[in-house]
Amino acid sequence: MTVPFLRHSGRAASLPLDNIDTDVIIPMQQLLSVPRSELGRCAFNALRYDEQGNERADFPLNTTKGRGASVIVAGRNFGCGSSREGAVYALAGLGVRVMVASSYGDIFYSNCLKNGILPIMLSQADLDSVHEAIAGSQEPVDAAIDLQAQRIAFSTGQWFPFEIDPAHRQRLIDGTDEVALTLQAEDDIRRFEQGDRMARPWAQRADA
Amino acid sequence: MPSTTLDKIWNAHRIKSSADGLDLLFVDRHYLTDLSGTLGLEDLQAARRPIRRPDLSVAIPDHMIETEPNGEAATLPANRRFVEPLKQLSAQASIQHLGRESGRQGIVHVTALEDGLTLPGLLVVCGDSHTTTHGAVGALALGIGSTEVAHVLATQAIWVKKPLQARVRLIGRTGAGVFAKDIALALIASLQADFGREHALAFEGEAVDRMSIEERATLCNMAVELGARIGYVVPDETTFSYLAGARSAPVGDMWDAAVEAWRALRPDEGAVYNKEVEFDVSGLLPQITWGTSVQHGMAIDAAVPGGSELEASRAYMDVKPGQKLEATPIQHVFIGSCTNSRIEDLRIAAGIARKGKVASGVRAWVVPGSQAVQRQAEAEGLDAIFREAGFQWRKPGCSMCVGTNGDTVPAGERCVSTSNRNFVGRQGPGARTHLASPATAAASALAGKIADPRPLMDALP
Repeated sequence: MTVPFLRHSGRAASLPLDNIDTDVIIPMQQLLSVPRSELGRCAFNALRYDEQGNERADFPLNTTKGRGASVIVAGRNFGCGSSREGAVYALAGLGVRVMVASSYGDIFYSNCLKNGILPIMLSQADLDSVHEAIAGSQEPVDAAIDLQAQRIAFSTGQWFPFEIDPAHRQRLIDGTDEVALTLQAEDDIRRFEQGDRMARPWAQRADA
Repeated sequence: MPSTTLDKIWNAHRIKSSADGLDLLFVDRHYLTDLSGTLGLEDLQAARRPIRRPDLSVAIPDHMIETEPNGEAATLPANRRFVEPLKQLSAQASIQHLGRESGRQGIVHVTALEDGLTLPGLLVVCGDSHTTTHGAVGALALGIGSTEVAHVLATQAIWVKKPLQARVRLIGRTGAGVFAKDIALALIASLQADFGREHALAFEGEAVDRMSIEERATLCNMAVELGARIGYVVPDETTFSYLAGARSAPVGDMWDAAVEAWRALRPDEGAVYNKEVEFDVSGLLPQITWGTSVQHGMAIDAAVPGGSELEASRAYMDVKPGQKLEATPIQHVFIGSCTNSRIEDLRIAAGIARKGKVASGVRAWVVPGSQAVQRQAEAEGLDAIFREAGFQWRKPGCSMCVGTNGDTVPAGERCVSTSNRNFVGRQGPGARTHLASPATAAASALAGKIADPRPLMDALP
């Protein structure tokens, strides 16, 4: 069961980097040594802290404008690489509810949905204009997202409709417990198994 | 409508579809690593949910297990936290566990393939992104997160949206010293790391037809570095002879029935893909990555590119625009990982290792992908060749590819690695990774610097 997602508003930070991989979002060393509830402070570890563990002043989430952001506007292919769900736990621990990028790693995208984080996709041109607007703004920028309406608006005055698969949208809105949902299909699964034993006897475990 | 191989396998696994377009697919094989598998089993236990089909899961420790040649398994903290719990939770759940004592332990993507646990036409999942590897024998295999691991344990099924499909045709013939790893790196550099996003990749063409299953495994392994969750090769005679006699493969009449079913997986004439690309492998040189994305591959004699958007990668790797990597001093060589730790990889590396000694100041490791690979290599005397040349011959596991068990590269030091990711901090905080083939890695170990393997290739069979 995840937290249902209907609407969200919060600070938006610009992280205009492509191909941010899940090793960068949460390095294995921290993932293994830090409890899940504390992973937020390790998110983006190498980008966020220097070798001595001090904050890097120029990292967007460390600036006055970006600190405490719950909406991160990133680049292309965000969350590529390792399937580690800890990357999503770390973002959630940081307080992130919404990601905005032009594309995502497929497994990361799926992991977001399972944890109540909304991964929004915008065209590269729209994304670039958001980065420019945040960079050009003297004030911190806020974002407001309405999932039902599939719309994201920024305090810069920009707003965009976005596409999301209807099933993914509904499961986010409902905070669906997928295991419970699937167990309701128990009869279907059992029927499938029975038919499958006849159709594909070779696919059964021969050695177990 | 004509079907692709993916269409056929997909349809054979569809339990039901939701009104809004997701499919619930039946899972034939679920591999549990000592990282995501341990966590998934713990999650399920905490939720007090039973495991639906323990007979279809197999637990294999790989990420966290020690690889010290004379090491004691119990000496690592990671062992107590992950390796032992996997064994205990598997026993409690009646899940088959292939630990060191079984003689079948290895990296899941090496062990399950060579063992015949993965078969053509199966739907395979594992909480690891490199599950794409199993597409080498024509299975649909996808990496999943740990919430999905728990879901599969509870239901033996997974909700997925059917991916788009891309056909990647590899044509031409490679020259000496150029291997599947070089093809994969060149392909990713050419198509970029998100080419396969939302797609399943079907690898075809004469270059793929000629590849052994080991080479196809390398290629499919790297499909995820192209952004795809699934990559596969249509099963053919090479596949069938690889699997014939494999320990977990069907036998007798069942084998015949299986091969008949597998032949029917060929795509229909006129099957349609959402996108198609052709890539000529002839003329490729051995490849090496210079940066921190897998798309940062280039020919071994090429120069590091310029461009301000690449500055952060160059700075992390301590390389300059226009610099040639060849002859750059290195401190580590890692031959292993689910990409390149199979017997063919080790034969190629040993063929080069026998021509010299590991340069002083270089720590060079060979980590076989499985105990079966280890036994075969030792039977062929490859371990002796490696040791004689100054390489460390270690026990099977993921090891320095991901460093989760403590096998890491120190900060600021440079490693030529046959693994799959050169990400910031991947092999350890501050570690600098250059991805390459086993041949290039072995040649670099002898040279003490990044080296072209081709001058050392003549002695190979």
